[in-house]
Amino acid sequence: MKIQRFGQLATITLAGSLALSACGSDNNTSGSGGSTGSGSATAATECAEGTLNSEGSSAQKNAIEEAIASFQEACEGATVNYNPTGSGAGIKQFLAGQVDFAGSDSALKKEEKDGKVETAEAEKYCGSPAWNLPMVTGPVAVSYNLPGVDKLVLTPDVIANIFNGKVTTWNDASIAKINSGAKLPSTPIKVFFRSDESGTTENFTKYLAAAAPSAWTAEPGKSWTGKGEGKEKSSGVAGAVQSTEGGITYAEWSYAKDNKLGIAQIDNGGGPVELTGETVGKAIATAESDGEGNDLRLKLDYATKEPGAYPINLVTYEIVCSKSKDPAKAQLTKAFLKHFSSEETQAALEEIGYAPLPDEVRTKVATAIDALS
Amino acid sequence: MSSITGVSVADETPSGGRAPLSGDRAGTGRLGDRLFGGAATGAGVTVIALVTLIGLFLLWQAIPALAKNEASFLTSREWVVAGDNPRFGILELLWTTVLSSVIAMAIAVPVGVCVALFITQYAPRWLSRPAANLVDLLAAVPSIIYGLWGLNTFLPVEKPLEAFIQQWLGWFPPFSSTTISGGTIFFIGIVLAIMVLPIVTALSREVFDQTPVTHKEGALALGATKWEMIRTAVLPFGRPGVISAAMLALGRALGETIAVTFIVSTLARGTDWTWSVFNGGETFASRIANNAAEFDTPQKAGAFIAAGLVLFILTFIVNAIARIVIERRKAFSE
Repeated sequence: MKIQRFGQLATITLAGSLALSACGSDNNTSGSGGSTGSGSATAATECAEGTLNSEGSSAQKNAIEEAIASFQEACEGATVNYNPTGSGAGIKQFLAGQVDFAGSDSALKKEEKDGKVETAEAEKYCGSPAWNLPMVTGPVAVSYNLPGVDKLVLTPDVIANIFNGKVTTWNDASIAKINSGAKLPSTPIKVFFRSDESGTTENFTKYLAAAAPSAWTAEPGKSWTGKGEGKEKSSGVAGAVQSTEGGITYAEWSYAKDNKLGIAQIDNGGGPVELTGETVGKAIATAESDGEGNDLRLKLDYATKEPGAYPINLVTYEIVCSKSKDPAKAQLTKAFLKHFSSEETQAALEEIGYAPLPDEVRTKVATAIDALS
Repeated sequence: MSSITGVSVADETPSGGRAPLSGDRAGTGRLGDRLFGGAATGAGVTVIALVTLIGLFLLWQAIPALAKNEASFLTSREWVVAGDNPRFGILELLWTTVLSSVIAMAIAVPVGVCVALFITQYAPRWLSRPAANLVDLLAAVPSIIYGLWGLNTFLPVEKPLEAFIQQWLGWFPPFSSTTISGGTIFFIGIVLAIMVLPIVTALSREVFDQTPVTHKEGALALGATKWEMIRTAVLPFGRPGVISAAMLALGRALGETIAVTFIVSTLARGTDWTWSVFNGGETFASRIANNAAEFDTPQKAGAFIAAGLVLFILTFIVNAIARIVIERRKAFSE
């Protein structure tokens, strides 16, 4: 019957295609293993076996995924999982013992919040102090969409007024004053902000509160307190700016680059600073250390007037017990964190929109990792 | 002779001490009866218990947060849920949810009914089956794909329409323009309409297919045109079914989360109230989704769950109204 013959033909085709797909060889690991071999020949990655689970900030998602990929390639038998559910969720899971370390946009809080002090809770859980290790610096780019305007300089006061809704068109006097020579159109400014609770919002509002305290009076926090339209996640705001002429937003550098948005140069008082890996590193290097010993919480100076330092930065920390509750995992945690903070891995992060840790901070982090047990 | 129910009287009457005949063994299989009856009852009881327990869970989590609330829950537009003085109210959420669902229904129900009529009454036999399958495919598309498609592909097409309406009908408050561009309630209403269309169509199709042929033939025999026949024979017969379908679709539209979160622009705090459909906002589901990652205290979680409880109750009320409408109609159409 016709149906039977068609069925036979279909079965043969299906079986044949399945068999042919098995012909492809899985040479991927050996091929790329050769290329990283040359890079890691300078500093062999220490390896350990096992599985690590971690959770936390979505701002460092791309960075940690890159580090995990290179670590797993170098170390057979090691698996690291990272779930980017948000800093709050990451810390919660860490304190509940569900993950081995947490990634967070802000260090564990020392102040009481809703009856709990995060540092005390962590110490209780770990049986030893919990350390905040800065690992990833993600600059926040003030990104805009203005065809024809390639270079835009903004000062903290102007930024605050734009995001407050006080400055409404691009050819406003306050913007034109600091951009003499640029032809600014009369397009209305459309502000986009993060509608979900976000560490990027927190760092951006901290910058505004520190650098333009008279113009930005709202309390910094994870929820947006200015004006504009809210979109979900960095991809949402960046996409919205890309499709709206006259749009402006604050988003991680990688999103601004991917969507080909213009990135404003920030003038904190020391001249316009372009967003590059070095300028970010310079700003992080000026940060004060806010913790004791190996607890390396950084107090970023958002109002820094240092020339050539890009001020709007977000540092994500890996929060880990100084004395691990599981000695078998301790080796793997140390090995992974060491790999993550190594010079090669950090340098590789620049392509995906993060800035490498400056040397001063990196050496301190390395010392702290060595002291983990 | 047989009784009204068709059972032979001889089966029931005992005669001379003999046990009564139990009739055809296949019809009175006691074990099968009990098993199936038990399973059906069990399933029904489980589902009802589940719904009740969900309602109770929502209540139990929400009440502590509601007790601490310092603003009127139903009429306040503020949303401050953390800290010692929480003030939160669901007025904005309620407005956005209801408005987007009403727009979705206003588009989906007429279009869905027309598609169902086309498939059952007008389309030739070789077309109706593939057409039905294609419309059902719309239901298979995941919600997040609708969100992405809406943002990237459909938005540039729809923006000129919004601009046109704002330009010519902007004097009418619901059509006045706002500062929001692109992610408006109007737009998500259209996308939701596309998402719920297959539900309306599938159920209406089934109902219209059930129209008694005698009614249709009678109408045609009396000289009705095709449209008059549909209007007098098919539509009245299918009304309860269409209302059921619309209620199911409304349930989906009210609870839709991901597409709404992706597409609708959130409003900044302190934005003025406007009646315009071209405004942004958040629905119950999208606000909970936006903040779900940061539920770090029971108070915060409780406030959001209270919002979810309102959605639960809203859906319940809508379904109850639909049931009442259908029951009333049934009494007349039987």
